[in-house]
Amino acid sequence: MSSNGTNKLEKSDRLIKLSLLMIALSAVSVLAIITIFIFEQGLPIMFRYGLKHFLLGQDWYPSEKSFGLLPMIIGSLMVTFGALIIGVPLGLASAIFLTEFSSRRLAGFLKPVIELLAGIPSVVYGFIGLMFLVPFIRERFGGPGLSVLAASVILGIMILPTVISITIDSIRAVPDSYREGSMALGATKWQTVRMVVLPAARSGIIAGIILGMGRAIGETMAVIMVAGNAADIPGSVLAPVRTLTSNIALEMAYASGEHREALFATGVILFIIIMILNTVANMSSAKQRKKGSGR
Amino acid sequence: MLRINPRTEQKIISYLLYFLTSIAIIVLIFILTVILKNGLPQLSLEFLTKNPADMGREGGILSTILATVFLTFIALLVATPLGVGTAIYLTEYTLEGRVTKIIRFGAECLAGIPSIIFGLFGFILFVNKLNFGWSILSGGLTLAFMILPTIIRTSEEAIKSVPMAYRLVSFSLGSTRWQTVTKVVLPSAIPGIVTGVILSIGRSIGETAAVIFTAGSALRMPTSIFSSSRTMAVHFYILAKEGVSMPKAYGTAAVLVISILAINLLTYYMMGRYIKKKS
Repeated sequence: MSSNGTNKLEKSDRLIKLSLLMIALSAVSVLAIITIFIFEQGLPIMFRYGLKHFLLGQDWYPSEKSFGLLPMIIGSLMVTFGALIIGVPLGLASAIFLTEFSSRRLAGFLKPVIELLAGIPSVVYGFIGLMFLVPFIRERFGGPGLSVLAASVILGIMILPTVISITIDSIRAVPDSYREGSMALGATKWQTVRMVVLPAARSGIIAGIILGMGRAIGETMAVIMVAGNAADIPGSVLAPVRTLTSNIALEMAYASGEHREALFATGVILFIIIMILNTVANMSSAKQRKKGSGR
Repeated sequence: MLRINPRTEQKIISYLLYFLTSIAIIVLIFILTVILKNGLPQLSLEFLTKNPADMGREGGILSTILATVFLTFIALLVATPLGVGTAIYLTEYTLEGRVTKIIRFGAECLAGIPSIIFGLFGFILFVNKLNFGWSILSGGLTLAFMILPTIIRTSEEAIKSVPMAYRLVSFSLGSTRWQTVTKVVLPSAIPGIVTGVILSIGRSIGETAAVIFTAGSALRMPTSIFSSSRTMAVHFYILAKEGVSMPKAYGTAAVLVISILAINLLTYYMMGRYIKKKS
């Protein structure tokens, strides 16, 4: 090959590299564009009325220019916390059982089943909640049924597959030599799990829980169907609740002017909460990876 | 302090774990059973091939199936090249460093953003600013951004698992990097990449919040990429939420769930074959 031809090839390879870099920046650019658009639409009104008005105001009457988001912020936190109370123990227990206590065959069958169920659309979870859980709560515990409790249970079930499969992966990543060492010292299986395996898998498990939390706080349609959506701070777990996400979805279709801007402001607050969670989860799983490669 | 015998403790704990696992599995299976039990009797050829009538009380769901297919198609058309391109850049054209860190961070953050935020964004950018209106195009582009992180991640895994020896042989024969990528690396990574694409199809089919504000919810046959239309998931949401017709809601849910399960099963099957071939 003449040196001229090689040069040409090199040139075109450089061009390809450059265009691939442009493509590779697409995800970051999309993230940037989304951030810019949401903030551009939502921030002005927040500054016009003051952050305090949005974050601490208790009254959401968009037609009267009252945009208090506190009920929704509290609502989101309540249902997310409720979802964790239900989803995390069930998820961790299932993951520990499937990795350490069940037979390999049972685990080999159940793990794919759980992962398949992760694909069920959120509206379906909401629908089941509406048909079975809401009437059950209404008859057994009183109240409208559409409540913090119903939303928490549905979200808790929805985050199960996420929590289970990430926890299974991080428990499996713990080397067998750890377990053997512990067993050789005479520890029972449970002692080994509690004192050796779980601590070693900790940061991966935390990352899974945080991802589940992100899913719960960001879920919209399922929550709308079972939460009742009253824009008041819920007085009990049986009272209806409106989350930040529902607030956007319920009113976006007809909102205009400042009302629409206020919904984008809701989006800004949601966005900031999610980004904080993402960063924490990212740091946590990076820690696990680092530990893994250090061995 | 009361101390329990470790053996007894072990026994109690394994029963407890067994019990909690059963609850988790039973609940998940229950959801599936209810949908299939109530939905399957609604299914018929007519249900799949007729358009909804009387706001969905009568007729079938043909137009919503087509809307779902078109929307998903546009999303894949945009997201696949971007996702695979990103993965090629990350694995073949650069070393780990600040740039790759930023790109990965961007993708991971994007994966965590709730769909309603994508909906808001798509509404402002595509529906309003670019004036596409509520349309298949707006919805498809919004979905493309949503599935981009999944495609990047799975493609990257697939490309990474191609053995280094393949590349070295190709280089030693005098191929350029690009020739190596297109003729050697990509062909062996294709099954893994396809798996990621199929996973994203499942996600697009089930999405509601992002689609309802970008593709709209007009109950009519989509005629072009600019027509507003209602996907299966949105149709199901409206039928169930407004109590239009529970039998039709169950029927739609069954079609939705069966197609997603079929897609996920296909992914599993392909991954299994892929892994077997590898080892």
